[in-house]
Amino acid sequence: MSIVDDTCVLSPAEIEAVTALARQYEARRGACIEALRIVQRSHGWISDDRLREVARLLEMSPDELDGVATFYNLIFRRPVGRHVILICDSVSCWIMGYETLRDAFHTRLGVRLGETTADGRFTLLPIVCLGACDHAPTIMIDDDLYHDVDAARLGALLEQYP
Amino acid sequence: MTGGKDERPLTQNIRPGEEPLDIEAYLRAGGYAALRKSLRGMTPEEVIHEVTASNLRGRGGAGFPTGKKWSLQPADDDARAHKYLVVNADEMEPGTFKDRLLMEGDPHQLVEGTIVSAFAIQARVAYIFLRAEYTLASRRLQRAIDEARAKGYLGKNILGSGFDLELHLHRSAGRYICGDETAMLTALEGNRAIPRAKPPYPQISGLWGKPTVVNNVETLANVPHIVDRGAEWFRGLAHGEDGGTKIYGASGRVKHPGAWELPMGTTIREILEEHAGGMRDGYGFRALLPGGASTQFLVEKDFDIAMDFTSVEKAGSRLGTGMMIIVDDRTCPVGLLHNLQHFFAQESCGWCTPCRDGLPWVERLLAAIDAGQGEMRDLEILEMHTDFLGPGKTFCALAPGAMEPLESGLKCFREDFERHIHLKRCPWR
Repeated sequence: MSIVDDTCVLSPAEIEAVTALARQYEARRGACIEALRIVQRSHGWISDDRLREVARLLEMSPDELDGVATFYNLIFRRPVGRHVILICDSVSCWIMGYETLRDAFHTRLGVRLGETTADGRFTLLPIVCLGACDHAPTIMIDDDLYHDVDAARLGALLEQYP
Repeated sequence: MTGGKDERPLTQNIRPGEEPLDIEAYLRAGGYAALRKSLRGMTPEEVIHEVTASNLRGRGGAGFPTGKKWSLQPADDDARAHKYLVVNADEMEPGTFKDRLLMEGDPHQLVEGTIVSAFAIQARVAYIFLRAEYTLASRRLQRAIDEARAKGYLGKNILGSGFDLELHLHRSAGRYICGDETAMLTALEGNRAIPRAKPPYPQISGLWGKPTVVNNVETLANVPHIVDRGAEWFRGLAHGEDGGTKIYGASGRVKHPGAWELPMGTTIREILEEHAGGMRDGYGFRALLPGGASTQFLVEKDFDIAMDFTSVEKAGSRLGTGMMIIVDDRTCPVGLLHNLQHFFAQESCGWCTPCRDGLPWVERLLAAIDAGQGEMRDLEILEMHTDFLGPGKTFCALAPGAMEPLESGLKCFREDFERHIHLKRCPWR
């Protein structure tokens, strides 16, 4: 996957969505996290060009916006796979078998935490407590939460994400 | 009227596994009665008075009295025109899942609590600051907000009272520090979420420099019930001084992990044995963190402590979020502390040196001990850190919170630490 990005402007729909959001805040930049998410939803990650465009719309400098973007766990400044798998590594999931589950993902996908499969299908990332500790261990795939995840049954789960 | 110990106001509408009540069903269940009662028949001061008299204490973990927090606002007319209410729905304390339950299970309860509370402090704009991973709560809250707006419960001149309120759902992108109330305001302004120095407190100078109150989800969910049924009723729900019910929970190797609404001040024993069903077969109890990752360990001799703010503090810990993490006898406590400190080191915002540099040092020492490469001297260095990163030495409460399980863990699990060092391996692996 190349980090070079050939489109350098946001779509009219993205610009409209970001502009509408900005009205919810006393200063436009309050909308910056959601604006980055809108762009990320369409493109998977935030390229430098798109970051500059969002910054301009929100009256921020690109560096200020990059400071925000790189602060958060879920804004991606590098390309990710079509689906992002988040494995909770916080205490309750750790007690209930996080390490076994992580190793099962390593084996099945052939990638370590922070890496993307060669076919560009999955990126595997750790995440902090997902707030479903009564059903640990937990993971998220894209927007979907899965709990009581059985390391022996990852195949059927992953098939839902082509 | 005094509340009974079997009343469960916060979860009365919640049916696990089912869609939450929409606005019509919520109205039929008696919802938005507090909104009508307060906006049509009470002054903001009367609402604050009722909440103060109820002994409601903040459910985010710190336990600050809610009525008192609301009263600290400047009263002049200029400030009145620009005030904010921020709902702290950035539930990221490890082991904690109570606010998710409330938002997914009864979103209108939170919306109503937010409107009534905004009326009490005369805020014109409110934000629900929601963690990104709560995607189901996000959809359900947005629908509830849209339904409330369509009914005229949000917007201009609500119920003809002259009170205006806009409520926005703000979704974060995953960072524990945003749960600190001043970091949350910095995040809402579109900056890196670095905490601010206090004073000035947010009630004086908060979001964009305007008076701002930040309250936790569970705190605000209580407000409609207090307004509707009165402070005396609310105090009667609890076993002790702190009013109301509390969402308690347990995770780890107990028979029935979960969350339960119980009278504030229910004992650890009752929560653990009656509701969580005790330990799973084959596992023994070792210790517990009473209210999330940043509280001190308690042990079996503490089982009869009432889980309210005052009692848990007397026992040397904190109620925190009231969501207990259970440590069993087949889990390595050194590995567990390493896991906790990895979390805090990763989630440090990096602003102040003790936290930015100290937490990774602590994490590395614990990793070394866990891997059988530790020395007895490392235990002294760890103890030193519990002082260097303790209260008053850092910019915000993240590092002192991180030191709570470490300080008590070093005492509680001293033998386990020494075994790792002497055996030069983890006895559990």
